[in-house]
Amino acid sequence: MSASVSREQSLDSSAVGVGLVLLAVLILAVNGAAHAVDWAFRAHAWMFVIAAFAGIAGLWLWHEDSWGRPRFDATEYEDGIIKAGIAATMFWGIAGFTVGLLIALQLTWPNLFYFPDLGWTNFGRLRPLHTSAVIFAFGGNALIATSFYVVQRTCRTRLAGGIWPWFVFWGYQLFIVIAGTGYLMGVTQSKEYAEPEWYADIWLTIVWVAYLAVFMATILRRKEPHIYVANWFYLAFIVTIALLHVVNNISLPASLAGAKSYAASSGVQSALIQWWYGHNAVGFFLTAGFLAMVYYFIPKRVERPVWSYRLSIVHFWSLIFIYIWAGPHHLHYTALPQWAQTLGMTFSIMLWMPSWGGMINGLMTLSGAWDKLRTDPVVRMLVVSVAFYGMATFEGPAMSIREVNALSHYTDWGIGHVHSGALGWVGFVTFGAMYCLTQWLWKREKLYSNAMVEWHFWIATIGIVLYITSMWVSGIMEGLMWRAYNEFGFLEYSFVETVSAKHISYIIRALGGGLYLSGALIMIYNLVRTARGDVPADERKRIPAAPVLQPAE
Amino acid sequence: MAQRPSWLFRNHRLFEKNSFILLVGILVVVAIGGIIEIVPLFYLKNTIEKVEGMRPYTPLELAGQKIYVREGCHVCHSQMIRPLRDEVERYGHYSLAAESMYDHPFLWGSKRTGPDLARVGGKYSDEWQKQHLIDPRSLVPESIMPPYAFLGGRSLDLSTLKDEMSALKFEGVPYTDAMIANAADDAAAQAGGDYDYEPIKKAYAALSGRNDTIAFRDFDGEPGPPSELDALIAYLQMLGTLVDFSTYEADDLSNQR
Amino acid sequence: MTGPSPEIDTHSGIETTGHEWDGIKELNNPLPRWWLFIFWATVAVAIVYWVLMPAWPALPGLQGNTTGVWGQSDRADVAADTAAMQAERATLSAKLASRDATSILQDHELSQLALSLGESAFGDNCATCHGAGGRGAKGYPRLADDVWLWGGSLDEIEQTIRVGIRSGHTETRLSEMPAFGRDEFLTAGQITDLVELVTSVSGRDADAAATARARPIFEEQCSSCHGVDAHGDRSKGVPNLTDADWLYGGDRETIHRTIYGPRYGVMPAWSERLDPAKVRALAIYVHSLGGGE
Ligand code: HEC
Ligand code: HEC
Ligand code: HEC
Ligand code: HEM
Ligand code: HEM
Ligand SMILES: [Ca+2]
Ligand SMILES: [Ca+2]
Ligand SMILES: [Cu+2]
Repeated sequence: MSASVSREQSLDSSAVGVGLVLLAVLILAVNGAAHAVDWAFRAHAWMFVIAAFAGIAGLWLWHEDSWGRPRFDATEYEDGIIKAGIAATMFWGIAGFTVGLLIALQLTWPNLFYFPDLGWTNFGRLRPLHTSAVIFAFGGNALIATSFYVVQRTCRTRLAGGIWPWFVFWGYQLFIVIAGTGYLMGVTQSKEYAEPEWYADIWLTIVWVAYLAVFMATILRRKEPHIYVANWFYLAFIVTIALLHVVNNISLPASLAGAKSYAASSGVQSALIQWWYGHNAVGFFLTAGFLAMVYYFIPKRVERPVWSYRLSIVHFWSLIFIYIWAGPHHLHYTALPQWAQTLGMTFSIMLWMPSWGGMINGLMTLSGAWDKLRTDPVVRMLVVSVAFYGMATFEGPAMSIREVNALSHYTDWGIGHVHSGALGWVGFVTFGAMYCLTQWLWKREKLYSNAMVEWHFWIATIGIVLYITSMWVSGIMEGLMWRAYNEFGFLEYSFVETVSAKHISYIIRALGGGLYLSGALIMIYNLVRTARGDVPADERKRIPAAPVLQPAE
Repeated sequence: MAQRPSWLFRNHRLFEKNSFILLVGILVVVAIGGIIEIVPLFYLKNTIEKVEGMRPYTPLELAGQKIYVREGCHVCHSQMIRPLRDEVERYGHYSLAAESMYDHPFLWGSKRTGPDLARVGGKYSDEWQKQHLIDPRSLVPESIMPPYAFLGGRSLDLSTLKDEMSALKFEGVPYTDAMIANAADDAAAQAGGDYDYEPIKKAYAALSGRNDTIAFRDFDGEPGPPSELDALIAYLQMLGTLVDFSTYEADDLSNQR
Repeated sequence: MTGPSPEIDTHSGIETTGHEWDGIKELNNPLPRWWLFIFWATVAVAIVYWVLMPAWPALPGLQGNTTGVWGQSDRADVAADTAAMQAERATLSAKLASRDATSILQDHELSQLALSLGESAFGDNCATCHGAGGRGAKGYPRLADDVWLWGGSLDEIEQTIRVGIRSGHTETRLSEMPAFGRDEFLTAGQITDLVELVTSVSGRDADAAATARARPIFEEQCSSCHGVDAHGDRSKGVPNLTDADWLYGGDRETIHRTIYGPRYGVMPAWSERLDPAKVRALAIYVHSLGGGE
């Protein structure tokens, strides 16, 4: 799409496309609102109506405004969407961590943090709100924003698709809002990490296909002969998530004007499909996508080459091939036939080295620049994130061994594992990337305050350590208590005794979560000041002249 | 490096220079594992054990399951007793695949913040269940389960039952047309309403091959049309009570997996 | 190796691939040997495991799966474990089942075992209603005292546990106080008077006039079950009204509620859920809590 001058004097084809999609949504949603059989569906239909209407209006205004001006200047990168993505990432991050802290407190002091008459605040509804907010809203926005940034830079071309990238961005926010409000209203399919109901699933499918198309089209018009390794990972993430999402969410709504649907498959088959999905949500959403970030932000920030091209190739293909098989490790000792459990366990063990390939490449890229660990706290954040990745991907295969899983399954050990991956790996790499992006996009020489990054780093790290160690302790303890026998060979503890035994661990976990949240708040302050171009008071004194704005690239 | 890798590295440019080949390559590589693991579960006969007693949920139980899902009970409670000695001692016979064959989707759970519920049916009285749901700590002071007081007094929406059962029927649950047509009355009958419950009793017994697997009574002790608590308690009280374990032969060749 | 113009990285002395993306280059380091070694080792472990354990499903059209050289099966294992456990406890179970309760209590070793088993089963099955250690809760009698509805001997306790109370079990213990108010056997005034009477027989201050008015009603309506002296009747599970121990509470409002329409609390029957040895052990444990007779 070469930006010819004549095009700006005409309708923009991408805007027409988006407009038609929104129009279709508007019509369907008005229909849904009119015929709704339950109030939650009606509420959601209205949200779609409002969103589609706002989208069309926004599109219209933008189209008028840009008439006669170059709309999508091919000589410039599309950076506005990435700035929006940073804001969305941080916003949803705080929301997700706050809900996480709230549910941690609910489990710790039930009498204080449960509200018997407010159904929407009960743990069963807030927990999926937390998991979806952190994984899909925080993590997902980070992935969309960084992928759009990285693919433009490494393909040396503007994002393809005209207005479609913005459709992806806003469409995704709409999905988050529908999903989140749905949980509060009790709208859920119960499948972990795939809880949204059928209509939200369909909407996400549309958004995701647009995302894939934008990403592919951008790669197609790249000016570099080769596709950079970060883009292999982004592409694997996008296309595999599409596949997983569609297959796992096949279900039949009871009514086209109601929220409730029933999954197409049942029992043991639905269990395996769900964990084929669930495990690979970890593998492709929380791993492949974030490895892509590592492959761009670490070499870029430390200004060293990626350590091994050959390792990139081997660990990329082995990772994506082996990950898919590992799902049954979530179903050890269940009614899933044992042969499938064996496959899940063995492939999880074989997954260890392919996972570590990414860690090695990430860490070794620092060779020749190790001093940056000391001088640049953002680098430290990125590197520690890779270390947590290494830890979680060592712990994971260990927990996949059936005998280990017999102890760890159903317990807080799993929660500890999740959060060493989530807080340490996913969280830190995202923070690192957001620090970099804010500095680079707003063209600041450096961040507003490196000291604040230091504080963020240490507060969050202590938070993580408290979180995961307390969960290891409580998880292993409860696992052992469940199977403990007294001297006569009878079960030693009742279930509620294991519940009360975890109380101290829960206090420590909540404390850790609180620290982690505080760190993120410090970060937001720092990012806002950086974007505004503020300079700390003490530095202003030292350098009286106003800093010269200098593009980082 | 050996011969083969260098060939590999030389030819990897195929993927690096052609985005569609890369895309297709990824799709092929990620499709394999899923297909080999999932598809056999649909054709291997030993996947679901042969037992007597399984029947689809009655309308009231189905409505109860819907509330169970809505409130997210499954995020704290598993319904999957593993074949491990301590679990079998604590909770009863390990769960069979057959026992969740009518769950769309399964509700096995992945975290046991509360105890397993696969066989909680009949363990407590209805009154206990009600009080426990409304205020768990009044009975179990150490409990960290949320209070579901807001459920009290809510009447059950019977209007969607037909559609829900039809959807399930389409997906293979053996509901008959009569069961679907009578859904609302059957739900009211099961919750102690003044309806003739012999037909539903017979119809479900015909599906399960077992008599008297349905409990008819006012579960929440509040007379009148069925409430949400009636439905949820009816569901809890039937969990794990269907299969006649005297008909399950673990050693039978067709059950070996 | 690939690419246009490989160059040598000055810091490491390693060749790059010659590509550059936004300033990022790639070194052409070989795969770490230890990495490759461990990877193949895990593959070897997997292959060995597939040989030993059930692993690969049959192709469409065929049935079953590879069962593995070991032929291991979780379900067979747990069956064996449970059988072994039962064998280990066989003597205990047999002794518990055959001996009468008093002789069990006299056999120190046996009673210790029974107590241990009873305590173990109590936590998950009974404490949810009767509280930890049988301390009781509103509507769920305290088992740690010597006040009994149905009797506190070992046999009586065991019978209660086995068949339950209003449980639906065919032999369940059953006794139902009429709903004097709800079913309009008594007037509101009469019930208020009876409340005063119950309050007074349980040794507290009450309105004397009301008590006097209630006396004949009590004799007519209540004494058949609760006895003329209101001491209750264990053969019918009828509580003693003269003590300070209340199932639902001794305040006037609660007493009123009971007379107006009692609650008919349910104690589940455990004979199907728990094996006979466990039920007997539970009886011994409950008996030991303080009120056994
Ligand atoms: C925050 C976690 C949590 C949630 C959510 C939760 N529970 Fe529980 N549940 C517990 C805990 C802890 C216990 C054990 C202590 C007790 O008995 O209260 C328990 C116990 C139970 C029991 C008794 C089981 C037994 O065998 O003793 C039942 C029945 C039950 N819950 C049903 C439910 C239902 C139905 C819901 C949803 C409406 C629900 N729970 C939601 C934590 C939870
Ligand atoms: C669902 C709640 C519940 C559970 C669980 C329960 N009980 Fe009870 N139990 C009751 C109620 C209610 C009563 C009193 C019934 C009445 O009102 O007469 C009772 C009465 C009893 C009595 C008779 C007390 C007396 O004074 O005669 C004994 C003994 C007893 N329970 C033992 C047990 C044991 C042992 C267990 C565990 C195996 C157990 N209960 C489990 C509810 C329960
Ligand atoms: C058919 C037998 C029967 C008759 C007649 C009867 N009761 Fe009862 N009463 C019972 C039983 C059985 C209970 C225990 C209720 C339970 O277990 O839920 C009881 C319980 C009570 C209690 C509650 C005791 C506690 O510990 O909380 C009171 C008070 C009481 N009766 C008063 C009366 C009075 C006053 C009358 C006469 C108007 C009366 N009862 C007539 C059988 C009877
Ligand atoms: C302030 C920080 C956080 C706190 C306090 C917190 C707290 C919690 C709590 C209390 C639970 C429920 C555990 C249970 O059911 O016992 C939970 C679950 C979960 N959280 Fe967090 N969390 C935080 C951050 C995150 C982040 C950043 C992520 C992901 C990027 C994340 C991902 C998850 C996931 C996936 C689960 C579900 C685990 C499972 O089902 O096994 N959390 N969290
Ligand atoms: C080699 C890599 C990994 C393997 C083999 C692995 C394995 C496992 C295992 C065995 C479980 C426990 C299942 C259970 O008993 O219920 C688990 C749970 C989980 N893991 Fe990992 N893990 C790996 C890496 C990661 C990473 C990097 C993350 C990133 C956040 C992660 C996130 C999770 C989550 C969210 C769950 C909880 C799923 C649930 O809701 O039950 N894992 N993983
Ligand atoms: Ca879904
Ligand atoms: Ca009712
Ligand atoms: Cu997994």
